[in-house]
Amino acid sequence: MNDAPLTLSQRILYAGLGLGLFFGLWAGLSGSGLVPRQFLPGPLDVLDRMMQLMTTPFAGATLPVHVASSFERYIYGVGLAMLIGVPIGLMMGWFRLLDDIVTPIFDMLRFIAPIAWVPFAALWFGTGIGGPVMIIFAGAFPPCLINAYRGARFVEPRLIEAARMLGTGNTRTILEILLPAAFPSIVAGLRVAAGLGWQSLVGAELIVAAAGVGFMMVQAQANVATPTVMVGMIAIGVIGMAIDVLLRQGEAIVLRRRGLQMSGR
Amino acid sequence: MGSIRFDNVSMRFGTFNALEGINLEIGEKEFVAIVGPSGCGKTTCMRMVAGFEHPTGGTVSVNGARVVAPGPDRAVVFQQFALFPWKSVRENIDLGLRNKNLPKSEREDRIARALKLMNLESHADNFPHQLSGGMQQRVAIARAYVLDPSVLLMDEPFGALDAQTRVVMQEELVRISRVNPRTVLFITHAVEEAVYLADRVAIMTRRPGRIKEVLDIKSIREAEQWDKHSRIEDVMDIESFVHLRTQIWKSLREEKGSDAV
Repeated sequence: MNDAPLTLSQRILYAGLGLGLFFGLWAGLSGSGLVPRQFLPGPLDVLDRMMQLMTTPFAGATLPVHVASSFERYIYGVGLAMLIGVPIGLMMGWFRLLDDIVTPIFDMLRFIAPIAWVPFAALWFGTGIGGPVMIIFAGAFPPCLINAYRGARFVEPRLIEAARMLGTGNTRTILEILLPAAFPSIVAGLRVAAGLGWQSLVGAELIVAAAGVGFMMVQAQANVATPTVMVGMIAIGVIGMAIDVLLRQGEAIVLRRRGLQMSGR
Repeated sequence: MGSIRFDNVSMRFGTFNALEGINLEIGEKEFVAIVGPSGCGKTTCMRMVAGFEHPTGGTVSVNGARVVAPGPDRAVVFQQFALFPWKSVRENIDLGLRNKNLPKSEREDRIARALKLMNLESHADNFPHQLSGGMQQRVAIARAYVLDPSVLLMDEPFGALDAQTRVVMQEELVRISRVNPRTVLFITHAVEEAVYLADRVAIMTRRPGRIKEVLDIKSIREAEQWDKHSRIEDVMDIESFVHLRTQIWKSLREEKGSDAV
């Protein structure tokens, strides 16, 4: 293995190579006539459809409006998961009793796929913003909690001892020692949560929603409008990647402030 | 205020006797160093005073009260500094003062004095990773001193520093303890460091950890006027210093011998 870091131009070259290969294969396959056009629309068909959807409504809204309505649910769902999951995780990492009480039930709940909550989400919160938010929450909550908890549990013991000998109370220890010490782990969890949340969002919208990218895809599927389905898929992929890039940047900024490098990617 | 007392202290880890029959009294403003081979339990002694560990037998008390938990009356300087990487030098020093709920103006005063004492004024807003090891340990010492603790516990504080920096820090510590005397329990395996810094040196043996003997350095230092020399290398050349050092070395070596048999 050659571990020398790539230059920016090399990275762009390789990324372009991968993308070019992907789109080339796709275009070749769909243009070859081996598969019916309806089953695999070509990249240009999809691009064309995307441009149309920017201005022409489908399933009650244009693409930007669908994306915005998905994004709103997503922010609520992931935000709620973070605001609840991270504090509970940190407290579990500090108070042994809480750890012993919460961990068994949590270990059971976290294996239930977010989509499995759909019937209850629909029943409890309906198809407005509530239902999908709950499903996103179900996807994003476990990594928020687990990573905050692990981050807090594995803080360097010396730092905990230093805080204790300085007479630091529980609240201050959690806020000023555990939270910053666990920060890299929390961000890693947030990245996983962001991905899972985004995936569960679309899953949720396939079933309970009246707008959003997932909803648009379901409606398109019913009309066998395959280019529209693909537009939805691409929108999901690109936005998910953009969210991850943003989180990584945020992580890098905080770590640099402490003189640390980001580990891995 | 500031006395430490080990009363027939023992420490067992399972079937292993780490410490046995430790008796030691450290008076107010006295500087006592414990020297011993690694694994003899000297750090455990310090950690029991800090309240991080609890003896399985006997009692450890500070100012007559049995130690139950860590607290700012017993400030610790760790070998690996243990500064908070996300806090600036000033914030690191401030944490203990904020925990005492002191008013802001008093905290600022005390931080300024601590920074001055440790020659850190120009680094107040730096983060630990921007400082050298020696500088980081100055911050850790300032963080401990600023609390005005009744006892100061130092666990091989200069062990992680390079030789030159270590010498500077040893001289600094002597300077500070003359200006601002404290009750200090200093853990080290470096014999010269112990003789140079301490009023008394306790020599520990291994398996089980015991205090073999306690040597009075202060009376000799005063009689021989070591303080007339400001440089550590001059002090280390004085005959009485050499004599004490050799005496401690021999004592430690006898232990190693008996250990091998």
